[in-house]
Amino acid sequence: MLHTFKGGIHPDGMKYLTNDKPIEKLAPPPFVVLPVSMHIGAPCTPLVNKGDHVYMAQKIADSDGPVSAPVHATISGIVRDVLPYPHPNGTDVLSVIIDNDYKDELDPSVKPFDVGRMTTVEIISAIRDGGIVGHGGAAFPTHLKISSGLNKVDTVLINAAECEPYITSDHRILLERTAEVIEGAKVLKRVFGEVRTFICVESNKQNAFDVISKRLLPDDGITLFPLRTKYPQGAEKQLIYSVTKREVPSGKLPADAGCAVFNADTAGAVYRLFSEGLPDMRRVVTVSGSAICTPKNLEVRIGTPIDALINACGGFKKQPERLLMGGPMMGNALYSLDVPVIKGTNAVLALCGKETVPFKESSCIRCGKCVKACPIKLLPTYIYQRYRKGSVEDLDKLNVLDCIECGACAYVCPAKIPLVSGIRAAKQRVQDARRAKK
Amino acid sequence: MNDLSQLKVSSSPHIRSAESTSQIMIDVIISLMPALAVATYVFGARCIVLTVISVVSCKIFEHLYCKLMHKPSTIGDYSSAVTGVLLAFCLPVSVPLWMPVLGAAFAIIIVKELYGGIVKNFMNSAMTSRAFLMASFPALMTVWVKVRTKLPVFLNVTDAVTSATPLDSLKQGVFPPESLSDMALGMTSGCIGEISALALIAGGLYLIYRRVVTLHIPLSFIGTVALISFIFPKGMSAFNAEYMLYSITSGGLMLGAVFMATDYTTSPVTPKGQIIYGAGAGLITVFIRYFGSYPEGVTYGILIMNALVFLIEKITVPKKFGASKNSKEAADK
Repeated sequence: MLHTFKGGIHPDGMKYLTNDKPIEKLAPPPFVVLPVSMHIGAPCTPLVNKGDHVYMAQKIADSDGPVSAPVHATISGIVRDVLPYPHPNGTDVLSVIIDNDYKDELDPSVKPFDVGRMTTVEIISAIRDGGIVGHGGAAFPTHLKISSGLNKVDTVLINAAECEPYITSDHRILLERTAEVIEGAKVLKRVFGEVRTFICVESNKQNAFDVISKRLLPDDGITLFPLRTKYPQGAEKQLIYSVTKREVPSGKLPADAGCAVFNADTAGAVYRLFSEGLPDMRRVVTVSGSAICTPKNLEVRIGTPIDALINACGGFKKQPERLLMGGPMMGNALYSLDVPVIKGTNAVLALCGKETVPFKESSCIRCGKCVKACPIKLLPTYIYQRYRKGSVEDLDKLNVLDCIECGACAYVCPAKIPLVSGIRAAKQRVQDARRAKK
Repeated sequence: MNDLSQLKVSSSPHIRSAESTSQIMIDVIISLMPALAVATYVFGARCIVLTVISVVSCKIFEHLYCKLMHKPSTIGDYSSAVTGVLLAFCLPVSVPLWMPVLGAAFAIIIVKELYGGIVKNFMNSAMTSRAFLMASFPALMTVWVKVRTKLPVFLNVTDAVTSATPLDSLKQGVFPPESLSDMALGMTSGCIGEISALALIAGGLYLIYRRVVTLHIPLSFIGTVALISFIFPKGMSAFNAEYMLYSITSGGLMLGAVFMATDYTTSPVTPKGQIIYGAGAGLITVFIRYFGSYPEGVTYGILIMNALVFLIEKITVPKKFGASKNSKEAADK
């Protein structure tokens, strides 16, 4: 019996498009766009000016804010400009644009760390300076995840559930970069004081399972944990519950349930930081969807505009109807090919035809499917009803702020009610009201 | 191929399941077909005529009402067709042909549309309409023709050979003359859609396979009736499995538990609430069967629980994820 959580849905995985495609390295693009905000938290302030020469891996933006992560140049070259530029979140964000000199001149200060001799504090500060954030999508700064969990965490989870349809980047990383993930996991495990550590994989990645179990040594102290294939298995709270049967208390952090969850590629980034001294500057992106000519898994420099990725996959073979960054359940819709790959970008999808049939909203028929699908056990249809007609107090009583916006309710709704967008707006309303009260 | 001006930009999720309201309604209609087939075999083509009249009248009344009220017509979602089939299913085959028309008018206009249309009614429209017809025409609504009697297809039935239903025997505390296999197959008298337990179960399994309904309501409903009639059979000593099997295969129990009580609009959305609702309907059904003056209690069992849905939902709101105190320590124990 595979472990899992209550609720959830089974969307068509669509992973067959790319799950047997080895990771291809994309040549560095003519220019990169590096937004000062690629993480949750305070945006950075640029440290370079127009016309400056920058080395690869040179820090080009940083912030004093407690919740933040610095940005590094991912190629060497000349700063073309520092200006607001289209960002995957739909707005224009201040970005450093670097023209490539095609030399990939490494910052002379970059050198590997001897992680065995470093103290916990040194490791955390190195991870902060390396600009590492979660590669799973939410892009929470990794050093904060560690420091907030010190002395509380007794379980480290390496998240390779990859429950979103289409995305296979973590799957390929497990297969081809197994050592990076395991070594990174060992560093993270050490920081917390040799706690129990699991690599969590959904059952639809059997070959990754075999590869990892062959590579894991008894001395590593890392256990492979199989999970049932179900969406949103990889959501932090659901993953923690599936493995430990602990619930993260409402409004609290995973550390309050004694857990720290890191995406598999984040562990890889940690490994690259300590073994090569390289900051967070490249990642694997799945480019997929039926509008893409040849779907692929590409390793790209962060900051690469997505049209370079799409061209590397032979361009569009059909008119795309939806262009997404991230998975189809929680990703952002894009309207331009200029936006760059950022640290949390795990996929670029171009959907068309049957994949994204337009949905027409009709009345709720009270089928209760949203209630059964909700992994947080909320009542989505009632939240939506109260959002349309009802008070802020009603919304608060329905625990709207606990919603993780996984989209399971809206996916199953036969009446095609936009439950998630309603709930998002309702959350905003409750938060505004709480702020006004203070 | 690079014309990006047509891109749809919307809030996530960007994909939806293929299910739709009309698909669900079509599934329900499909699942009712085995029962109609058995009824046609047992009572003749008059069953089909009554069902068609009922469905068409429901559609027409819904369309007319929407037109009259200047609302967009909702007949495209097939929900009124489901009401039509279910209404015909809880009529005896001998009713005059105007009976389903009147029933449809009551179900659609008074029970459904006056409360605001689809999903705004708080009582099951077909069941309420049956209760209305039962109260208004008690004689016509309780003529039970004998199995395999030749009935006129289009004319009114005047002098059919009637028989008692198995429920009448059970109420007296004796076993009906029909064998249990006749009961399961449907070789017994009763309303059009209720006679064959097996055909109704087959339809129910199809609905579960298609994920239209879950087991919560049917199982708690039938289970409650089965449990009570097993332990306390009427007029017999306790723990009587035969009485239990007769109880669950007779009357409108299968039809009610699988198709009427599971009506989305008038049942709770919370899983726990669905179990309470089903068990409550089962309890009332047995009470009326044992002590009431009506032979059958399914109709009122469901209608009374319909009225309580709002309260049931209120007390069965699931505890949100992460609400249990000390969840870390609790889990480790």
